[in-house]
Amino acid sequence: MAEFVMPQLGADMTSGKLLRWRKNVGDRIQRGDVIADVETDKADIEVEVFTTGVIEKVLVQPEEKVPIGTVMAIIREEGKAAAVAVPPVSAVPAIALVPAPPTIAAPTVSAPSSPAEMGGPRLHISPVARKLAADLGIDPVTVTGTGPGGRITMEDIEHAAQAKKAPPVAEATLDRAARMRQIIAAAMTRSKREIPHYYLSTTIDMSRALAWLTQENLKRSVEQRLVYGVLLLKAVALALREIPELNSVWSNGKVMQCPDVNVGVAVSLRGGGLVAPALHHTDHLSIDDLMKNFSGLIQRARAGSLRSSELSDPTITVTSLGEQGVEAVFGIIYPPRSHSSASARSRNIHGRPRGRSHRGPC
Amino acid sequence: MTYREAVRAALRKALRSDPSVFLMGEDVGRYGGAFAVSLGLLAEFGPERIRDTPLSESAFVGAGIGAALNGMHPIVEIMTVNFSMLAMDQILNNAATLRHMSGGQFHVPLVVRVATGGGRQMAAQHSHTLEGWYAHIPGITVLAPATVADAYGMLLAALREPDPVFIFEHATLYPLEGEVDETQEAMDISHAAARRSGSDVTLISYGGTLGKAMQAADVLNGDGISAEVIDLRALRPLDMRTILESIAKTHHAVVIDEAWRTGSLAAEISAQIMENAFDDLDAPVERVCSAEVPMPYAKHLETAAMPKVEEIVGAAKEMIPRHG
Repeated sequence: MAEFVMPQLGADMTSGKLLRWRKNVGDRIQRGDVIADVETDKADIEVEVFTTGVIEKVLVQPEEKVPIGTVMAIIREEGKAAAVAVPPVSAVPAIALVPAPPTIAAPTVSAPSSPAEMGGPRLHISPVARKLAADLGIDPVTVTGTGPGGRITMEDIEHAAQAKKAPPVAEATLDRAARMRQIIAAAMTRSKREIPHYYLSTTIDMSRALAWLTQENLKRSVEQRLVYGVLLLKAVALALREIPELNSVWSNGKVMQCPDVNVGVAVSLRGGGLVAPALHHTDHLSIDDLMKNFSGLIQRARAGSLRSSELSDPTITVTSLGEQGVEAVFGIIYPPRSHSSASARSRNIHGRPRGRSHRGPC
Repeated sequence: MTYREAVRAALRKALRSDPSVFLMGEDVGRYGGAFAVSLGLLAEFGPERIRDTPLSESAFVGAGIGAALNGMHPIVEIMTVNFSMLAMDQILNNAATLRHMSGGQFHVPLVVRVATGGGRQMAAQHSHTLEGWYAHIPGITVLAPATVADAYGMLLAALREPDPVFIFEHATLYPLEGEVDETQEAMDISHAAARRSGSDVTLISYGGTLGKAMQAADVLNGDGISAEVIDLRALRPLDMRTILESIAKTHHAVVIDEAWRTGSLAAEISAQIMENAFDDLDAPVERVCSAEVPMPYAKHLETAAMPKVEEIVGAAKEMIPRHG
């Protein structure tokens, strides 16, 4: 038997609301099938399953909001029982190809559900506080302990729960975009606090690429034209394939290289907010497929129909603000990713068109 | 009525109502008992039923076991728990075992009263708290009356038991004043009692430490911490249910035990809390016990060695740091 749990679709997600089941008890499912729609503070997500088998039992009903990791369904596996698929730990970078507000140009940090799982220091929390946190859907990692030696006590969790509940009015009136802002702010703060950032910057000659793009687009119909950002995505993906050490995430206390290059694209949402879903196998896609997938991804992100794997497995985040006239971007890493890449505007220096690229720590 | 008078009243009631009951021990007759508990009983009941014994704990506890096996209901007084070591062979190898070794054919309806505890400057051979050792032994019941009412009621209840019951009377309690209901029929001796209810921390105590726990609860109350005080009453078998229910409410526990910390009853209670209430705990269980030294004679050293109200208050506050 395998458990289908509420996935963590982004480091900043602590709980999700089941909108609907796409499959019923008794249905045969394949690894990769979308079996549920889940609402997070950021978007409505189509959640895929990582197990092939038959749905044995459904434990969560639509409209229920449950903490990440909550078992939502039991799946009777087919064939080898060993196939308890854990969602891939890969994480791809997001490229802010779409104008993203510069203030959020950076990716976030993750709140692992259990620090022990992430290989970090063991969480200092009392047993009853741990239980209460699970009951109330509070991520203990976000709570500051006031007990002896900084232990998180039951009272700390109660306070956190009150604080979370306190703006119930506010929560009702806050739209998703506003909530997303809060989450992004919290996640960015954590990232900057916990991940030692450093930045490298170099100047890249973009003249040939831009010339090629201009020529290429002249030959294409309006619908088929390529955007500049797609070239950046492809370039970053190829660079990662060349230097696989950078195509890695920080997981269980160590650097893990990811087999696939999944570049995350930062997409600004209407009404504010930002998501960074992954373009799978970015390095293997032709420029046309990349453009097609890229457009599709943005449309789906804005329509709120992203898939769970797209949200959880980018391996690098790319931010591109060049078209906004930005000259330099220093991003913030979105855990568990180990680095991010940013590119700024192409400009003419001494008659030569140039671009600039920065890379964060790896 | 005092605790001492309550024990005497219970003895008198038992001696009057049941001819098979008799009292024996060192100095219980002519002298009236080392703590004057049996004062006046010799005159009322005569030397057949109030028997002075030689200074041989092994002999008179063994005689008590023999009398019990033969249909009597002896009450044996041992002057201090330190002296009871001399009777350990009779207690452990005979009193506690005969029912089991005879396949239930024999019972030993023996009641042993033992004075225990420190705080009277009686030094290291008269002041220890060894009830925990007895609570280790299957086959006997171990009681620790901490109130005047329990001093009276537990003795009478013990006489109704078919198997050996040990009653540990903390010697500092004898002058304690309290109410006794002499009409009460059968007192319950299998449950702990919450002597004060509270919501923030559970103070678990027995015998001589109950008063300190109650004082600590008063101090804590003044500091905004609501303490529940549990009086164990029975040390074997332990009423863990009462303790666990309290901790489910307070999530914090301090065990107060006048015995030495290592291998103490407090250690057993702490372990059982951990085993059965792990998910209810908001902090590790704290223990307040005696220092691991033979009880000193000098007053200031004896006081320093024994559990103190401030230590109980400190332990509770440390767990609930908002008040610390």
